[in-house]
Amino acid sequence: MTVRVLLFASYADAIGSPELTLDVPDGARVSDVVERLRLLPGADRLPPAPLVAVNAVYAAAGSALAPGDEVAIIPPVAGG
Amino acid sequence: MKDPVHVALTHDPIHAQELIDAVASHSCGAISLFLGTVRDVNDGRAVTGIEYSAYVAMAEREMRSIVDEATQRFPGVRLALLHRVGRLELGEVSVGIAAAHPHRTPALDAARYTIEELKRRVPIWKREQYTDGTREWVDPTARRAEVAL
Repeated sequence: MTVRVLLFASYADAIGSPELTLDVPDGARVSDVVERLRLLPGADRLPPAPLVAVNAVYAAAGSALAPGDEVAIIPPVAGG
Repeated sequence: MKDPVHVALTHDPIHAQELIDAVASHSCGAISLFLGTVRDVNDGRAVTGIEYSAYVAMAEREMRSIVDEATQRFPGVRLALLHRVGRLELGEVSVGIAAAHPHRTPALDAARYTIEELKRRVPIWKREQYTDGTREWVDPTARRAEVAL
């Protein structure tokens, strides 16, 4: 299945793109997507367990993904 | 009757009077106003401006959740919450909160709750620009870690 990955701020700069599509096995979890991302060039700046949101809601590393999910990797927030 | 909830990200300047007008009510004897503004120094470096970006759909959703939570914690409060995105100059308002309530303590506490939760969990990021021409994404967790050492 494919999922859409969103990257922001320092993470988008590190990987060189704000958005990419990943092919992952059926039943993949949030942590599987993070592991795949961390193999990309420049991704050494991503922590092993970053904050992640699935479809705009914070999700645990063990959350199962569905085809087409929007998986956002959230750098430390700095609003205000 | 005005909508008691007024929550958004905006590219436009935030005006205190708009926030006040969004929450003011004859039933409320107190309005607490909080404005966050762009400061000229951070961690000892001279700042010339800040660029804010957000995961817009999620940020607005989290902002609405925070306002809903504040409304439950402080029944009767009327809240407005706006946050800027884009490039801001020194002194510009980056975040504005108005909280109206019949009494002052819940008005003050609701504004405080709202800004603290926003800073903790709303997916907004800022890139500071410095006088030497460089710019950097701000990582508050790194700063906290340094302070703890």
